[in-house]
Amino acid sequence: MLDLTPKEIHPRTALRVNPCKTCQPVGALYAALGVHKCMPHSHGSQGCVSYHRTFLSRHFKEPAMASTSSFTEGASVFGGGSNVKTAVRNVFDIYDPDIIAIHTTCLSETIGDDLNAYIGDMDIPEGKLVVHTNTPSYVGSHINGFFNMMMGFINYLTKKTGVSNGKTAIFPGFVNPGDMREMKRTASLLGVPITMFPDTSGVMDAPMTGKFEMYPNGGTTLPEIQGLGDCDSLLAMGHITSVEPAELLKKKFKVPFKLLPLPIGVEATDQFVMELSKISKQEVPYELEEQRGQLIDIMLDSQAYTYQKSVAIFGDPDTVVGLTALCLELGMIPKYVITGTPKEEFTRLVEALFAKHGVEGCVAKANADLFELHQWIKNDPVDLLLGTSYGKQIAKAEEIPFVRAGFPILDRYVHSYLPMVGYIGAIRMIEHITNVLMDTDDRLCADEDLEVVL
Amino acid sequence: MNERERMLEKYAARVYKNRKDHVIQVDPAVENQSITANTRTVPGIITNRGCCYAGCKGVVVGPLKDCLVITHGPIGCGYYSWGTRRNKAVANEGGQNYVPYCMSTDMQESDIVFGGEKKLEKAIAEAMDIFNPSCIMICSTCPIGLIGDDVQAVARRTEEKYCIKCVGFSCEGYKGVSQSAGHHIANNGLMKYIIGTGDKRPTAKHSINLLGEYNIGGDGWEQERVLKRIGYEVVTVFTGNGSYETMKNAHLADLNLVMCHRSINYVAEMMKTKYGIDWLKVNFIGFGASAQSLRDIAKYFNDPELTARTEEVISDELAQIFEEVEFYKSKLKGKTAGIFVGGSRTHHYQELLRDLGMETVIAGYEFAHRDDYEGREVIPSIKEDADSKNIETLTVQPDPELFQERLGEQEREALRKEIPLDSYDGMIRVMQGGSMVIDDYNHVETEMAIKLIKPDIFFSGIKDKYIIQKGGTPSRQIHSYDYAGPYAGFRGAVNFARDVTMAIYTSAWAYVTPPWKSTPVLEGVYTGGAS
Repeated sequence: MLDLTPKEIHPRTALRVNPCKTCQPVGALYAALGVHKCMPHSHGSQGCVSYHRTFLSRHFKEPAMASTSSFTEGASVFGGGSNVKTAVRNVFDIYDPDIIAIHTTCLSETIGDDLNAYIGDMDIPEGKLVVHTNTPSYVGSHINGFFNMMMGFINYLTKKTGVSNGKTAIFPGFVNPGDMREMKRTASLLGVPITMFPDTSGVMDAPMTGKFEMYPNGGTTLPEIQGLGDCDSLLAMGHITSVEPAELLKKKFKVPFKLLPLPIGVEATDQFVMELSKISKQEVPYELEEQRGQLIDIMLDSQAYTYQKSVAIFGDPDTVVGLTALCLELGMIPKYVITGTPKEEFTRLVEALFAKHGVEGCVAKANADLFELHQWIKNDPVDLLLGTSYGKQIAKAEEIPFVRAGFPILDRYVHSYLPMVGYIGAIRMIEHITNVLMDTDDRLCADEDLEVVL
Repeated sequence: MNERERMLEKYAARVYKNRKDHVIQVDPAVENQSITANTRTVPGIITNRGCCYAGCKGVVVGPLKDCLVITHGPIGCGYYSWGTRRNKAVANEGGQNYVPYCMSTDMQESDIVFGGEKKLEKAIAEAMDIFNPSCIMICSTCPIGLIGDDVQAVARRTEEKYCIKCVGFSCEGYKGVSQSAGHHIANNGLMKYIIGTGDKRPTAKHSINLLGEYNIGGDGWEQERVLKRIGYEVVTVFTGNGSYETMKNAHLADLNLVMCHRSINYVAEMMKTKYGIDWLKVNFIGFGASAQSLRDIAKYFNDPELTARTEEVISDELAQIFEEVEFYKSKLKGKTAGIFVGGSRTHHYQELLRDLGMETVIAGYEFAHRDDYEGREVIPSIKEDADSKNIETLTVQPDPELFQERLGEQEREALRKEIPLDSYDGMIRVMQGGSMVIDDYNHVETEMAIKLIKPDIFFSGIKDKYIIQKGGTPSRQIHSYDYAGPYAGFRGAVNFARDVTMAIYTSAWAYVTPPWKSTPVLEGVYTGGAS
């Protein structure tokens, strides 16, 4: 496996090998799926949306519905105005969504299509809406696409009536439906009425009923998005994923926000819980305190199996920051911590965690790729690999125990239904991590060293 | 109103006008039933089609294991086509295998503004430094053609500078109307720059190339196993587990076998003109079809020893799978299927399903042309439109040194009456009356077809799979085989039969409706009216 990857590291500035990021539009599509009765629409050639739908279906094992402007060479020369206008008319006619959320592609961005003008010229049926965002694939990563689409919705739809709706907005970050459910449960336990935006729970983890629903029950509703401007406060989860939409909401509607890390691990979850408690002025209920206590109990019980184990962590920036914090709390050494997303803020956040926990000799790098990570590991190996599905190649090549977490996970089931966030999410991650490490010990140890009790 | 009309009635007039000619119900009374294909998708329709890049890089070029393929563009296209098509490959002895890798120029905004050629050349320099490949292929994504990067010129400069093979493909996603344009562009590149550049002659008495076989789930290996058992030398495969190293000698084989007609027929035709190699349409999906194809190949070579060996291998292979096939047949006989795939498999799998006692009642292609539906004789009557004109048609001439007729014209004419030599009759002719055929099928039509015709199982791709399954119909992916396979040849047929049986009979279907929806759970005592 990956037999051509040399140990010797050659400098690279132009050739990306085995990336750890993908392009903006898929993030925009995912965000739009988190809006109720919304049809995501890709303004580009039809291959883009075909890849994105495929990719999301492979991660969630669910339908990922989205339409396309189906550019041809003619449209690429003369502009895609006529294509998108025809597309919008057909989508409302045939699929009857309440809203169409258009995102651009590298094709329509390169030719400079002006979606504002096109949308202005459209005949939009009464009571229906069309919004858009710009997601040039050659800027940032799918994380940018996700928050750009959020900002598209806010720019078009959100209002301020001047009357508070008494709610707190939560921007969950680029996470799974299982994580969104856990954040909502936590808020509800603390008595905080919320609007989660976007919210893919109920959409990308919809149940089997025998009937396909084009627009399942889940998703943030249009009145909820409109009402974001009337929220009292906002918890923006993920320093990199949620900061820009949070700043937009503050700038346009004066909604104050608190920027928090994704609630992965003890401290980040504590922070989330305390912020919610501050908002509702309610004491943290026993149910949460009990779960927290269970988590700490498990950490103490299993410490011997994670203490000083070295780990390489890779994936999306905020997810990786969260996982790094969790690993540090477990006494592990996060030797290599990378994201493909080109955001230097990532490095600062991870290095701050290194410093806080007093670990030395660890590397954090943004705009990195899995080829580079693999070469580092070849030069100085780790005990555990923690990240997305493509890590399985490195895990196999170097025979390293591997735990999947983040996006995308294309080769396993159930992961998107259950949380990685919150106290229960940390318990779940500890189970995965210790199982894999201990299974490996059991498999590789000498017969006389095989312990029945551990 | 028949099913076709009921399906189309949902559309507004302008969409109806477009779609009505892409949907037919097979009528055996009509000779040469015609369908519209290979035209633009209506914008807004949730099509299953991909793009030109997907056809070139994803399908044809990607599987060539010793070629370092650089996707020139922003990161997405390279990322999505990384390890996702299941074209298995093992490095040739002493050779390289790039299939597990994804290489891209990961273009940034400044590259779009100032041009990406310099970055591409730098990426090639870095690739040479790290990997030292013998062949580099460059696949362009949408922005490349628009900003005017000349990948052909970069390829030529690369060849001069490093003395390696380098081919540039201008397969920008917006070209053509589907993946099909990408297949054509890839075929042109392989023909222009690779085929015919080697001189290693096959050593066996009978040698073949296998065209349009991408080794999904190991399909190609199963076919090669049987072909080698009979005694054929497989010079190269286009392109599953294929390589630059072997493909350059393709012109020295005796015969081309064509599996996927849609994606590779251009190479087959051009090799016939340039090198005199005949091509034979084969189908190794289904044990009946596999046996037939092996007999057709033997007929072509007309060698009694080979014919005898062919029969021997066929009967042995059939005997090995007999018991299992009979078991699965007992489970599947009489069931009906719908199949929506890309360009040839919709036809191929009907033969395998028929082997198992199943009939295909709905069939659709994503990116086929009329000849895939109606047979190659319609090619001269297909009108070129603006989209197809944009894809180069290579004109090749007989090679003065390498052209060599394998058969005399009379011999060939006689054979044509018996085997599909240099010809293909298309899919519609194998289908029963009343069956639905849909070109460039989309989400609405898929749902409607299932609702109206109610097949027992539906074969499609990942974008459809969960829609169909959530609607209560068993669904298997026939692009990726749901990560199983091989499905080709004799042993593959058993794998397929087992997976189809599993999909239909899996116990989870019984639990879809909760018991409380069909049984009353509230218990109470009737108290009656006292007054």
